[in-house]
This record gives sequence, C-alpha cells and structure tokens, in this order.
Amino acid sequence: MTGIKVHGNTLSTAAARVLATLYEKDLEFELVPIDMRAGEHKTEAFLALNPFGQVPAFEDGDLQLFESRAITQYIAHEYAPKGTPLIFPDSKKMAILSVWTEVEAQKFDPAASKLTFELAIKPMLGLVTDFAVVEEFEAKLGIVLDVYETRLGRSKYLGGDCFSLADLHHLPTTHYLMGTQTKKLFECRPNVSAWVADITARPAWKKIVAMRNTH
Amino acid sequence: MATPVKVYGPPVSTAVSRVLACLLEKEVPYQLIPVNMSKGEHKMPEYLKIQPFGQVPAFEDEDISLFESRSICRYICEKYAKQGNKDLYGDGDNPLVKASIDQWLEAEGQSFSPPSSVLVFQLAFAPRMKLKQDQGAIRQNEEKLKKVLDVYEQRLGESQFLAGDKFTLADLSHLPNAHYLVNATDMGELFTSRENVGRWWSEISSRDSWVKVVGMQETA
Repeated sequence: MTGIKVHGNTLSTAAARVLATLYEKDLEFELVPIDMRAGEHKTEAFLALNPFGQVPAFEDGDLQLFESRAITQYIAHEYAPKGTPLIFPDSKKMAILSVWTEVEAQKFDPAASKLTFELAIKPMLGLVTDFAVVEEFEAKLGIVLDVYETRLGRSKYLGGDCFSLADLHHLPTTHYLMGTQTKKLFECRPNVSAWVADITARPAWKKIVAMRNTH
Repeated sequence: MATPVKVYGPPVSTAVSRVLACLLEKEVPYQLIPVNMSKGEHKMPEYLKIQPFGQVPAFEDEDISLFESRSICRYICEKYAKQGNKDLYGDGDNPLVKASIDQWLEAEGQSFSPPSSVLVFQLAFAPRMKLKQDQGAIRQNEEKLKKVLDVYEQRLGESQFLAGDKFTLADLSHLPNAHYLVNATDMGELFTSRENVGRWWSEISSRDSWVKVVGMQETA
C-alpha cells in the first residue's frame, strides 16, 4: 500500500490535474474530501498541509506536497515504470516537455482559469458573469492557441510525440471551457481541436468526469 | 571545450536575469545575445522561430532550443548537475528534496510572480516608459503580494530557505522581481518589515551570482 492521499475534490481543476495523473499511472489513492464551501481549506489542519490554503494537498507516506504541477512531476518521476509514461527518459525530450509544461502554467492557465471562473464556476455559485473580462481573456487565450496550432502541426502532442504531463495539465480547465462559449476558440483551430478531442477521450480523464457526475 | 550556451535578451528583463543567475550559480559559460526590443526585434519572424510568443529569453545549447525561463533553469541544472552549485535543484539522489524545490518553484510561478510582476511593471517600468499607472491594479496586487509574503514569513521561520536548508532554484526564481520591488519601488517595505522574509532577502540577494547580474543590469 503506497499510502497516497489527495486532499481536495474532483471539481477543483488543480485537484483534477493530480487525480488524472494518478489514474494514468494506475496508482491506488485515497481522496480526502475538502469542503470548500464550509471553508475547510482555511482551517489550521489544512493549512498545515498547504499554507496557501488551496487544494489540493498531497501525501505519499511521509512526503507532503502542494502545488498540483509539483505533485504531478513527483508522481510521474517516482512511479515512472508504472502505468502510462508521462515524462521522457531522454534528457533533450524532457527539456522540450518542460518548456510546454511551463507554457501551460505561465500562458495558457492564467487566461483559461479566468474564463473557467467567469463562464463555468460563477454560474454554479449563482454569481453573474462579467462579459468584459470574458472578452479580454478570450483574446489572450486566442493568442496562446495560435501558438499551439502551429506547434501541434509539427508535433503530435504538445510536449513531444507521446501524451505527457504537458498535455495532461491542460485537461481540467479545457474540459470546463469546452462546455462554454469559449469552446469556439478550440474548435476553429483544426490541430488544437483534434488534440482536445484526443486528450479528453482518455480513459483516465473520463474516470474523473464520471466521479464528478456521481456527486 | 564545449560551445558556450546562448541566451537571447537584455539583462534588465526579469526573465532573462533569472536564467543568467542560474548560469552563474552553475558556472556555465554563456554568450549573451542582445535583442533590440525597442526596434521590435523580438516580434520578427527570425526571433519567433526560437520563441513563438515573441518574448525574452530564448536559449540555445548545441542543438537544443528552449524558452520559458524556469524551464531553461531546470534544464541547466539537470544538464550541468555536476558543476557549480550542486544543491540548486536537488542532489540527484533524493526525490523528496527535488519535490520540495519544485513545490516552491511552482509557488513562485503561481502565487508570487503574478502580483509581483504587475507591481514591477506598474511601479518600476511604466514610469520609465511614460505609461499611465493603474492604481486599482497596484492596490489589488499589493494586497495579494502581502498574503503571499505572510505565508513566506511563516515558512522562513521554520526553514532557512524556501525548500529547506540550502539555497535552491526556488529561492533564485524570486530574485528578479523582488530586486526591482526592493530597489526601484516603495514596496521594499513589504519584504523588510517581515523579519524572516527580510533575513532571507538579504541572504539571497547578496550572493555573488546575483550581485553580478545586477551589475550587468546597471551597465546595460
């Protein structure tokens, strides 16, 4: 028993990033629910696991980690031989993969998260969408997706020839956006559209979507 | 003798300076190639081939071409693991050490960088570029940065550096934005008024590698 625990919930994009990785790697884990509406992520007990008071927090035996992209890197390296390979053993290929995980973190996510909040999360919470913000961030996301369109014309997946963390990290926010008006930005770019269809069809990702629907 | 690596961009750029600090820590010979941003060189087709977002830095090492400063730093640490500062990105043996560094490097990228970048631009660069400052953005991001520094204050009371007891990439990554905030704006007080953060800032900013980078910024 590996003793892996994820503190969070399936609706959180960051927690979903970690869960997708665990499913891809066929690893057993326990999901410890964190009730954010009740402010559980701001309690002392949780802050001891993540001082920023954000989900997810992660444990593997004695190791405690936060920041979803650090957690996925740890899992992908520590359990490299198990399940789907999510990193590359070749150091040059790994360097390229690392470029595109940073692009997701620094370019894609800021715009995509903002749009996810306005168009997918706010309606769930009964809040009003700010369409001026939507317009601003759809323009920003469009610029990023233009770069992706070119990249995916030369490379089957963002990080290289095979599916990797660089693609996986996009799943949670992309999934939400495909259920909103922003899907048009993905659909109008053929390479991006094909890539989204491919990565969202992966069984590991479908497990997470199914988990959300049963709650 | 290996060809020096190439870094494209001006040292005054926060992202370029992040890479330069890492190269100096690792004692990796490099060639700094100027990019004339005032003439729009970073948006021209030749440059976009090596950095499709039209930003600095770009990086080349023999046949590999990279961008995104934090990923360039990770590459430098992995490839040149056996030289210079060997603790910068873990010692290669212990995955827990590396995981902790990645955790705080992500915290820098996701929590420290967004508000500090806005403040650096609004307070240090906008005046020089004769652009109007956005007071609302300044106030909002100052509040965000305070919350992040409160977390750092607690952490740095438990641990000498962010990831543990050694200076690592996680600390290094903060140098560029923090330097401008402390030296070119009135936000320095956010760092110096917090005892542990102040102590940490003083230690990391006085490292030879960073002092050299600042020298390069000042003579640029």
